[in-house]
Amino acid sequence: MRRVSRNPALAVVLVGGALAISAWAAENPIASKGQGLVAIGGCQGCHTANSGAPFAGGRAFETPFGTIYSTNITSDRDHGIGGWTEADFERAMTRGTGPGGKRYYPVFPYPHYALASREDIAAIWTYLRTIPAAATEAPPNHLLPPFNVRSLLAGWEALYLHPKAPEESGLDVQARRGAELIAGLGHCGACHTPHNRVGAEDAARPLTGAMAEGWYAPPLQGDSPAPAPWTAEDLETYLRTGLSDHHQAAAGPMGAVTAELAQAPESEVRDMAIYLSGLMSQAKHPAPVDQAQAAERTHPEGAQLYAGACASCHDVGSAMLRIGRPSLAVGTPLHEDRATDVIMIILKGLKSPEGKAGPDMPPFANSFTDDEVTELSAYLRARFSREPAWKDIQSAVRAARKGVT
Amino acid sequence: MRAPSRRLVVGGGALTVFFALSVSATGQGKPTVKAPELPGDLRTQPRLDAWIRVGADGRITIFTGKAELGQGLKTAILQIAADELDAPLDQLDLVTADTGLTPNEGVTAGSHSMQDSGAAIRNAAANVRWLLIEAAARRWSAEPQSLATGHGTVRASDGRSLAYGELASGLDLSVDARPAVPPRPRGGGPIGQDVPRVDIPAKLAGGQAYIQDFRPPGMVHARLVRGPSYGTALGEADIAAVRAMPGVIAVVQKGRFLAVVAEGEWQAIQAQQRLQAAPSRSTATRPDDIHSWLLSAPAQVEVILDRGGAEGARTASAAYTRPYLMHGSIGPSCAVAQAKHGELTVWTHSQGVFPLRKAIAQLVGLPPEKVRCRHMEGAGCYGHNGADDAAGDAALIAMAVPGRPVRVQWMRDQEHGWEPLGSAMVARLSASLTPEGRVASWRHDVWSMTHSTRPQEAGRLLAGQEVDPPFQAPPPRPIPMPEGGGDRNAIPLYAFPTARVAYHFVPEMPLRVSALRSLGAHMNVFSIESFVDELALLADEDPVAFRLAHLDDSRAHDVINAAARSFGWQAWRRSHGRGRGFAFARYKNLAAYCAVALELEVEPVTGEVWLGRVVSAVDCGQAINPDGIRNQIEGAIVQSLSWSMLEQVGWDADRRTSFDWSAYPILRFPALPQSVEVEVIDRPTEPFLGVGEAGQGPAAAALANAVADATGKRLRDLPLTAEKVKAAMG
Amino acid sequence: MTTLHLNGAVRSVSSAQDTPLLYVLRDELGLNGAKFGCGLGQCGACTVLLDDRPIFSCVTPLGSVGDRVVTTVEGLGTEAAPGRVQKAFEAEQAAQCGYCIAGMIVRAEALLRKTPKPSERGIRAALAPNLCRCGTHMRILRAVRRAAGTPA
Repeated sequence: MRRVSRNPALAVVLVGGALAISAWAAENPIASKGQGLVAIGGCQGCHTANSGAPFAGGRAFETPFGTIYSTNITSDRDHGIGGWTEADFERAMTRGTGPGGKRYYPVFPYPHYALASREDIAAIWTYLRTIPAAATEAPPNHLLPPFNVRSLLAGWEALYLHPKAPEESGLDVQARRGAELIAGLGHCGACHTPHNRVGAEDAARPLTGAMAEGWYAPPLQGDSPAPAPWTAEDLETYLRTGLSDHHQAAAGPMGAVTAELAQAPESEVRDMAIYLSGLMSQAKHPAPVDQAQAAERTHPEGAQLYAGACASCHDVGSAMLRIGRPSLAVGTPLHEDRATDVIMIILKGLKSPEGKAGPDMPPFANSFTDDEVTELSAYLRARFSREPAWKDIQSAVRAARKGVT
Repeated sequence: MRAPSRRLVVGGGALTVFFALSVSATGQGKPTVKAPELPGDLRTQPRLDAWIRVGADGRITIFTGKAELGQGLKTAILQIAADELDAPLDQLDLVTADTGLTPNEGVTAGSHSMQDSGAAIRNAAANVRWLLIEAAARRWSAEPQSLATGHGTVRASDGRSLAYGELASGLDLSVDARPAVPPRPRGGGPIGQDVPRVDIPAKLAGGQAYIQDFRPPGMVHARLVRGPSYGTALGEADIAAVRAMPGVIAVVQKGRFLAVVAEGEWQAIQAQQRLQAAPSRSTATRPDDIHSWLLSAPAQVEVILDRGGAEGARTASAAYTRPYLMHGSIGPSCAVAQAKHGELTVWTHSQGVFPLRKAIAQLVGLPPEKVRCRHMEGAGCYGHNGADDAAGDAALIAMAVPGRPVRVQWMRDQEHGWEPLGSAMVARLSASLTPEGRVASWRHDVWSMTHSTRPQEAGRLLAGQEVDPPFQAPPPRPIPMPEGGGDRNAIPLYAFPTARVAYHFVPEMPLRVSALRSLGAHMNVFSIESFVDELALLADEDPVAFRLAHLDDSRAHDVINAAARSFGWQAWRRSHGRGRGFAFARYKNLAAYCAVALELEVEPVTGEVWLGRVVSAVDCGQAINPDGIRNQIEGAIVQSLSWSMLEQVGWDADRRTSFDWSAYPILRFPALPQSVEVEVIDRPTEPFLGVGEAGQGPAAAALANAVADATGKRLRDLPLTAEKVKAAMG
Repeated sequence: MTTLHLNGAVRSVSSAQDTPLLYVLRDELGLNGAKFGCGLGQCGACTVLLDDRPIFSCVTPLGSVGDRVVTTVEGLGTEAAPGRVQKAFEAEQAAQCGYCIAGMIVRAEALLRKTPKPSERGIRAALAPNLCRCGTHMRILRAVRRAAGTPA
């Protein structure tokens, strides 16, 4: 009866003692630790297709080089990693090479995982072995030449500037653990660090902000444009719940990250928050402003759109603000150096996981024209920040539309 | 068997059942009984012309004091009336709950409409039909017994016929109904047919179907200005600024009651939001852990069943909890009121226009006869939600803007924040088994706050609590057995030799509560039917067989067997991650029988539950409209699955935190069961029983039993979220 | 005055430009189909078509509509001459209180215009933005399947 609500093309057959194995995971402290690390590593989010069985792979990643599908990492012997040894797994995690010498595309962030400790990788292995086998075959990748030749990846590997282990001097034990998780399993740099032309992270500029999956992942260091300081407490709450009342709700790919971090051990997320908040401690914080009248004068159409579409949630007196949710003025997106995130949020909205309480904003892709999204973005920028107006919002809207149906 | 058994249904045969109901119907706000020998609400209003009038044009108008809530009441009432009058359905008009026109039938709740109004109208229709026959007999100087009816006419054996309209002038309906008149020969009428609902076509094409669509000339729009939720108060609002906003006609302030009136709806909303920018503060104390609080709060304890006997050897015990649940109507509460020439008319989707009239009269200081409450359909309410409060709001504002009809609609956060919730509950059960695996003794204790704060007094309306000086709300009282409130369905239908059931009624209510569809039955049936499964496991017996072994009610056996058969309980094949669950109850132990069987699959990594087939069997006596019954049971099951898998109201020290659909998620399409099938067991010779609330308890328990079957872990705290399932599996 | 292309006609309306389309349709034009459910774009009771795409009219300002064509449930058929989706809902008796149903019909219409033969999963995903509280979902699904000519 595997339900209609799942993708029939990815139909899953559960075999052999799935539940019993899962129960065993709880009683095995190493597997249990691994379960938390898997949440930090975001393994499930990438290795689960929309409506597919967890960890069975098949999720598509649009990259500049073509479409890549995540692999099945369940314990299925034929389609997953059920036939692997622990050494196979460690090699895959740290060197990006599968059992047959097959090289993985670096959308799989093994350069980061290489910074993880042996113990952490072993724990993850132990946990993944408890995942019930799902006989799901990932679709073949569609890569543009020359990237469709896997052997070329060896050359790519040579070019690749591997992320460096973070500077640990002066960090206390918690921040050190946090640094290890941020740079390693958490692979935050995969989105937040700029990439060069061949898709490798620029190790000289870690976490200085970058484009990822059509969104802008803002700087997580001294360049952070957040209006309010990211305290360790705020960050921990944000990472674990996807919402900070002093900042914003997680949007886009970050929503999936925080949904997984909700399953991670509190102490590990706290360590990550402590380290990140330290990284951002030198950030200048633009003061939150609300220049409603001035913005309305310069962007009257944007003001109208805001009044009819946004104000019922985002303006003073709304139910959302009365419950303590943050004003647009204190969120990071309107203070970023480009309009990308604001545009993406307007077009796509926010959605919490099905059946779970959390931020929810409708998508406006069907309601607004490109011009309207442009006007609204410009108005919001003018109203809620003192930074210069964004340039060429129109092109950014067109680019964002390409990813929105 | 024909005529006599039919007469029994129409007349005295049903008497004992209905009489028993009437004694218990407190909180239904009904007038006193004048004719105890009559069925349904004819007992309080025996005059025929209160229910049925026949026009010279042949149109027949039926009057019911009950209201259409989306449950199909209009269609069912018309079927009953047309069937018994022997007239075509399209010759009938129907007037529903209106203090100016219809009998006072209290509130439309508790799956009572068929018993109360349906039975009354059936008997009244039989009386009217007989009076029409007698009128024709006089005209023709014939014996009434020699005449027949058909298609809205009285016919003689020689072929002469007279249409009902032609007989209307000679008809005196200002007489009381008689309990037993010769009934129409059975068969051939609309009863038992899947008559399409009369209200649906307009709803599909944008016809005026709801109070929200009602726009009398000159209507203005009002919005209420309140804190974020019940138990909060708004601080100083910038009234002067709002008076100057475009379209604003008035700001109505009476004590803490504050509303803005504008020509346009959007103008009213914008003004409201401006006023609500004022800070608010909490005026209530809310315990962190409501279930611990319930167990320790002062309670009135009543033992509602005490059947003495021996204890068995093997014992088991378990505790179950339910959170606060929301009605969560899709359409926020709405009302239109107009004060004119010293009289006040309120159009409302309240379930009880007569009790509401009393409350509103008190609120605005008018004698009740100067207040008319007219029901118009709203979105589904599922119990006492914000409908009455919105009516009170509109009434108070209308008095301040005389002459103009005032339309009030709550905003989404007001509906979520201010509606009275379904009470949080705790149940503790214990039992012992004989060596043969039969239940020897049973004990059930249930703790709950009230399940009815329906208004008959201004103090139970929000507006009444906000004006200065405020009206006092009467203290809540438990709804007595056999219907019960928090103890509804707490007495097991099973034939346990020793049993004790106690209700711990907690009068205090940290969060506002009132009637939510099925009241305590959802929780009590969830608890009983979960525990029965736990005992079956202990006895090492199939849960369906275990239930049957403890039931000596043949109708119970029939619905259980029907559901098990349709589901394929015997042949069901087990596999990893999959489970099946069964549950059964007779609503209130005196209404419809319902059994539910379902299968599901648990995703072991995430704890997500994927619902497969859901199968139900229901026996609600004579089936008036089988498709209507299926629609109600399907809805009850899906709604209960949403309650039982996802829903819980949240709060913090300052307020309720479930302020919209993002903070109070309910079931959406992707998580629905694969299928829901309902089998209706028709009992043409039995009284018809309401069906709207029969499925909630069994659906909740079948879900819990299936989760337990799939995972080997028993979850006893609603809702059964993926997190809880995952945590239980480890 | 704003010109609105609505249900095959051109209408002139005087509501302020920032007014959400929902209130223009209901209060100025007297249409009943689109309903106020949340005003937040969370429940879908207000769904109408903008060109062929479903939108939440409760958070779509009048000024943003421009020349695009607005279709409400009234534009899909009448009680006397119901459209294909309305007919299917009638045949399946797919309503209890019915407050959500106009929004469901419009969203289903948008789905069928884009995907004439949707899969079961496709139907459920397409209807996901719309809430029903009566639990009429199974009948709604049957009605959409019937309208698509793809009975389960």
